[in-house]
Amino acid sequence: MQVNRRYFVRFANTVMYILIGVFILLVLRLYYMQILKGSEYRDAADSNRVRVVMLPAPRGTIYDRNGVALVTNKPYFYASVMPGTKGLDIKALAALLGSDEAKLQQRLKREEKAIFNTTVLKEGLSFRDVQRIEARRSDFPGLIIETSLTRNYVYKGVGSHIIGYLGKPTRAQLQDDYSEDITPDTFVGQWGVEMLYDKKLHGIPGKQIIEVDALGRQLKVIEYIKPEMGSAITLSIDVELQSIAEELFKGKTGALVAIAPKTGEVLALVSLPSFDPNDFVMGIDSDKWALLNKDKQNPLLNRAMQSAYPPGSIFKPLVAIAGLQEGTLSTESDVFCNGALEYGSWSFGCWKRHGHVALHRALVESCDLYFYDAGRHLGIDRMAQYAKRFGLAQRTNLGIAGSLEREGTMPSVAWKKKQFGKPWFLGETFVSAIGQGFVAITPIQAAVMASTIANNGVKYPIVILKGNEPPVAKTRLDIKPEYFAEVKRGLYGVVNEPGGTGSAARSSLVEIAGKTGTAQVVKGRIKTERLKEELRDHAWFIAFAPYEDPTIALAVIVEHGGHGGSAAAPIAKGVIETYIKKSGDKSSL
Amino acid sequence: MPLPRINRQYLKLFDWYTLLLLLVISLTGVLTVYSATRPILSSLQPNYYIKQLLWIVIGMVCVFAMVLYDYLWLKNFAYVLYIVGIVMLILVLIVGRSGLGAQRWFDLGLFSFQPSELFRVILIIAIAKYLSSIKGQLTKWTFISSAIIFGLVPFILIIKQPHLGTGLILLMTYFFMALSKKIERRILTTMLVIVVLLGPLLGKPIWKNLKDYQKNRIVAFIDPSRDPRGIGYQIEQSKITIGSGMIVGRGYLKGTQGPLKFLPEKHTDFIFSVFAEEWGFVGSVVIFSLYLLLFLRGVDTALKAKDDFAGYVAIGITFMLFLYFLINIGMVIGVMPVVGVPIPLMSYGGTSIITNFLAVGILINIRMRRLVLL
Repeated sequence: MQVNRRYFVRFANTVMYILIGVFILLVLRLYYMQILKGSEYRDAADSNRVRVVMLPAPRGTIYDRNGVALVTNKPYFYASVMPGTKGLDIKALAALLGSDEAKLQQRLKREEKAIFNTTVLKEGLSFRDVQRIEARRSDFPGLIIETSLTRNYVYKGVGSHIIGYLGKPTRAQLQDDYSEDITPDTFVGQWGVEMLYDKKLHGIPGKQIIEVDALGRQLKVIEYIKPEMGSAITLSIDVELQSIAEELFKGKTGALVAIAPKTGEVLALVSLPSFDPNDFVMGIDSDKWALLNKDKQNPLLNRAMQSAYPPGSIFKPLVAIAGLQEGTLSTESDVFCNGALEYGSWSFGCWKRHGHVALHRALVESCDLYFYDAGRHLGIDRMAQYAKRFGLAQRTNLGIAGSLEREGTMPSVAWKKKQFGKPWFLGETFVSAIGQGFVAITPIQAAVMASTIANNGVKYPIVILKGNEPPVAKTRLDIKPEYFAEVKRGLYGVVNEPGGTGSAARSSLVEIAGKTGTAQVVKGRIKTERLKEELRDHAWFIAFAPYEDPTIALAVIVEHGGHGGSAAAPIAKGVIETYIKKSGDKSSL
Repeated sequence: MPLPRINRQYLKLFDWYTLLLLLVISLTGVLTVYSATRPILSSLQPNYYIKQLLWIVIGMVCVFAMVLYDYLWLKNFAYVLYIVGIVMLILVLIVGRSGLGAQRWFDLGLFSFQPSELFRVILIIAIAKYLSSIKGQLTKWTFISSAIIFGLVPFILIIKQPHLGTGLILLMTYFFMALSKKIERRILTTMLVIVVLLGPLLGKPIWKNLKDYQKNRIVAFIDPSRDPRGIGYQIEQSKITIGSGMIVGRGYLKGTQGPLKFLPEKHTDFIFSVFAEEWGFVGSVVIFSLYLLLFLRGVDTALKAKDDFAGYVAIGITFMLFLYFLINIGMVIGVMPVVGVPIPLMSYGGTSIITNFLAVGILINIRMRRLVLL
């Protein structure tokens, strides 16, 4: 017993030392955690409970030139679940939200991983949906309705190629200098004005620093920085003109660009078919996107700026002005048109036997033969020079189509050498002089040309925003005014004289001058009425009005419309009459 | 049973020191439970702290009831108590209520009761009786037979529940108490050799038999950052909570991690983390010191006990309390795997509080009766 007692005492004493030793080790560990690493853990704890919520800034409103709101913001509702929600009746929930059970299941699976954020179950709820869900919310604990702001395109598809749409930012946009404000989840402008003026429109997002519990529930707001709404912009577009123009196409594909010659402002820019930008605001769903992209008519294509067509006869006024200025053409000299020009083994036809024609009648009745001759005297290189000076085959850099704006083609001797390594043939000059062959221009370039002619060679840079002050930067082409007058008289005749090809544009309201054109889709002269729709020629019409003092100049192309005179001219007439009526009303006020 | 007449001498010898430590530590626990469970979104304070206070009151009654009678009756009834305890452990496996994937509770209507908790004290008493009945050191046969009866059998019954943490603690308590008796040197050497040789061989079957959550805890312990939202979450959050207390803490009722539910089990196993966040390094060292004093006092009681039985009981109880403390603290400061062991006297939980009060009551009893008066 004595032996055991001694052992026990020694044992107990050892235990005491071990206790003290362990105590010291534990205190050292606490010293390490709370003092050496304390501030690190404090930060971790604070970031645990503090969450920064970005408050998206409302985008700026977009107005038309008369102050009509085209694009506004609207609240939108979505149903989501709180993190940590368990045991929802998925079947009943799917029925309530009107969504697919499998899809819902998939989204809820994502929810299991979410710790701080709610998981969106269904976007884009209507007011009625919200009421219905709110009424039954007690059956689904954890289900909440959240609100946010989204874009509201008031006129839907009208002017959609001008306004554009929003989308998730691209990699380049995320790397851009203002990208601090945008997260991969914010929507930024991807097309049209929404893209071009995104920096102005997008505003400065606000921030809310909130304290949350582990379930992500907001407890209190620590800091609140109000989002700043983006600046409003006012377009030069007249939405009434724009929608009437779109209606006048009666479902045909094509493009129209109307410009105010005295300011360079774009009044209307139509590209049909169009799309509804409202489809994009919540992230376009893949089905719709595929449909838009697969559509043979390609509604996402801005035909006014991204498509180049042979100008056809609307090129003739330019050849005429160039010839007069260069002295290769006189108003008196006439040419005998017998329906075809024989050149070597080639034959270049005219659409009609015109007999003796001088410049005026050649324009009015659109005699090809006369312009073959004019072209031969002028030469392709000078023709190309003048075309460029009138804005053809040059980007307008209006910006709404971004880098996708087409330049078009204006051939010259050097151009052909460079492109094909082949010499230029005179026959190609003939064809170019009537706007066929290699020549290809975009509708907006045609409108710029029309505007320049209407304005006697004074060119303003074309703009999409309404300017408060008259633009100063302008260029004046060094061409004698009487040559403009001569050609414009011809264009007046096209619409208003007997035998004129554009008589369909004749208006009792205003004196319109214009020029028809036909862009060949297939070579050869076949009666277009007999061709299948997609093989028919494109119909062009350029016009300006009022004849004496033009305030509007435009270009129309109706794809596969056949003759410019019958398909395109009535649209031009309708747009011009609307515009003149409106500005007449305004000036009489 | 008539109330015994207490010798007035005993009142003079009453261990006020241990009682004071017991009360200070457990009431600190109540305050911390209050803070840990205070609601943020509603104004309704959950009644955990009131319940905890109630357990402490019941515990105090137990302490005084324990002190009234001479601990000799414990010695006399030691084996009976042990058999009753084993039966309870078997019964809980058959009719017990399961919760959290384990079958540990008896549902007694008003409250549920965890027999493995009470068994801790019973086991110590039984082992002490056995050790005090043996002369000299533990030989091969006495060691093996007692290891099976007092070590292996309870261990198997408890890990069946399953409650690995408690099972291991009881196994270690047995071994520790056997060591305090002194074991023949060659048995110790043999055991060491067996452990070294068989350890690697047994590793795989043991790993295979672990439940998934047990494996997860071990993986999480080795690398908590591997999945901070999953299995390593508790450890990581506990470390953040403790560390963020810094030198003097955020202040009482100013802690954030517990009430905001970042820290799971905040009022039970992780109550110390909540305390450390609010009171910082200074407060933590103070509470550690209180525990240390309690343990040292326990060892001192063992040394001063008037007979072998009381000595073994006292050192066994002290060791068990210390083991719980060490494993819990080791877990919350991230140096041991999460095994779901509460910190004695502070963690919320009725059975644990009452059992530990009973245990400390026995210590007080032994110290009070340390002198042979009659």
